[in-house]
Amino acid sequence: MIRKSLTVLVIDENHIRASIIEAGLREAGHEQVTVVHDVAGIARRIAEIEPDVIVIDLENPNRDMLENMFQLSRVVKRPIAMFVDRSDQASIEAAVEAGVSAYVVDGLRQERVKPILDMAISRFNAFSRMARELEEARSELEDRKVIDRAKGILMRSRGLSEDAAYALLRKTAMNQNRKISEIAQSLVTAAGLLDPGES
Amino acid sequence: MAAEHQINAGFMPLFDSAVLVAAKEIGFAAREGVDLTLSRETSWANIRDRIAIGHFDLAHMLGPMPIACNLGLTPLASDTIVPFSLGLGGNCVTVSNTLWAGMAAHGALPDLNPARAGKALGALIRERANAGRDPLRFAVVHPHSGHNYELRYWLAACGIDPSREIEIVIVPPPFMADALAAGRIDGYCAGEPWNSASVVAGTGHIATVKATIWKTSPEKVVGVRNAWAERHPEALSALLRALHHAARWCQDPANRGELAALMAQPSFLGLSPALQMPILSGHLQLGGGAERTVEDFFLPFDKAANFPWKSHALWFYTQMVRWGHVAHTPENLAIALDCYRPDLYRSALKPLGVALPGANSKVEGALASATPVGSAGASLVLGPDGFFDGQIFDPDEVDAYIAMQKLARAEA
Repeated sequence: MIRKSLTVLVIDENHIRASIIEAGLREAGHEQVTVVHDVAGIARRIAEIEPDVIVIDLENPNRDMLENMFQLSRVVKRPIAMFVDRSDQASIEAAVEAGVSAYVVDGLRQERVKPILDMAISRFNAFSRMARELEEARSELEDRKVIDRAKGILMRSRGLSEDAAYALLRKTAMNQNRKISEIAQSLVTAAGLLDPGES
Repeated sequence: MAAEHQINAGFMPLFDSAVLVAAKEIGFAAREGVDLTLSRETSWANIRDRIAIGHFDLAHMLGPMPIACNLGLTPLASDTIVPFSLGLGGNCVTVSNTLWAGMAAHGALPDLNPARAGKALGALIRERANAGRDPLRFAVVHPHSGHNYELRYWLAACGIDPSREIEIVIVPPPFMADALAAGRIDGYCAGEPWNSASVVAGTGHIATVKATIWKTSPEKVVGVRNAWAERHPEALSALLRALHHAARWCQDPANRGELAALMAQPSFLGLSPALQMPILSGHLQLGGGAERTVEDFFLPFDKAANFPWKSHALWFYTQMVRWGHVAHTPENLAIALDCYRPDLYRSALKPLGVALPGANSKVEGALASATPVGSAGASLVLGPDGFFDGQIFDPDEVDAYIAMQKLARAEA
């Protein structure tokens, strides 16, 4: 028996994350994937798409609205329920932790949908990791800029070499149990106050 | 000193989460040895799911929601009990300026009178139907909410069939004012400050309020995962005592300024303190310059506001049956009856010597005026508690009440 491939609807306001999930689903062989960013007019879209599975971001405040729509079953002819089997606590927990929830057309067998949810969970996690790393890289760059400026101030005002200026910053940070970037920021701020031309 | 009990709780950004917020932020929980962690959620569905899987031990919930969970009406089954109510009243029905103008043309006045407003709305609805226009669209925050049931009760009592003559959709509370301003909905029933938000924006008019549709009527509750409650009875008792003190603090007019400022913080509601004041004072701007002070508009503590009356749960159940959410069977009735747990409230608060009602249920709508009631040790005043249409709900006569409402609908 040939199994019809599943039609998946992804509802996610975050465009980048949605495209990551979409790519993952296509890699996994699901050709019929639709991504929706905005829930306005969603009823008509669902009627057009007739999805077997709906993957939605838990942070979407419209979940209550969507669930109600599913229950009214006006647009989706068959009732829809949360996919994960009611006894499968670990699976639900993983989905909630990652921030993803899935709904399927009632009667669809769980083993067919599980890989989709697993994929969505891992992509959600990958996206969060990526967003975190980006944020870290950004703040690292900011830190480096402010440290360079602090070094410059020390080199000019105290006649130190670059290495010596950095060593002084590091020693001060260690003595005060603070980060080098914090010491550097204090110095830059202080210098700006003392000499408006400096900053 | 490390806290004796760790409790995780979820809440939605609505003013009636104030008792939970005050318990944490003003220190009532810490005083009872409870380390209370509050998580702001974005949907009631999230709250329900996170309770079901044990992320939250308890949460700020819509009154009928735990009953719906226990009746199996929600995607994730969970056994949720209600040992504490977070307050009475607090909701409004807000309509667009256009709809208000139409209602005013049919006799509605800015006096919040539900019968007059409902009559005008009914006349307008029939006028629109005759002209072949689309039905009006109202929003509520959730199907299993006090908002949905009180809006429907009000409309039905005014001769409007809420299932056929209007459309009812779901919109998250923080989006209500925007949806109204954008014309996606014509009116809504929601808690504060999301009604005053529309009035301040100049895009909505408060037509009537929950406190006039059904005086001292139930609203949000603390829903607790039953499995957790059974394993941690002492933690639950300690929390209930903390909530009791927090609720008393929230009710005290001397604390209004501090409470409004607290709820205005970005981690709670993120709206100006001035927007929090109408719910605290009951002094509402209705729109178009009209204002009105509503007695018992929102009660976080007074009039046994925290007591989880079984008659409240049963009334919600009758409305679930009335609007086709669940079948009326002896099993379902028993589930609804077991959901609210005044026994847990009593055992936690008895040591404090506070006023406790003599019964677990009361006839709703029977008290025409404020009445002192018999209670152990301290005085307790209940009522007035009337429905605006003069009906009475006797929790011992559930079958008759359901039958009467079915008949009224068939005749309409």
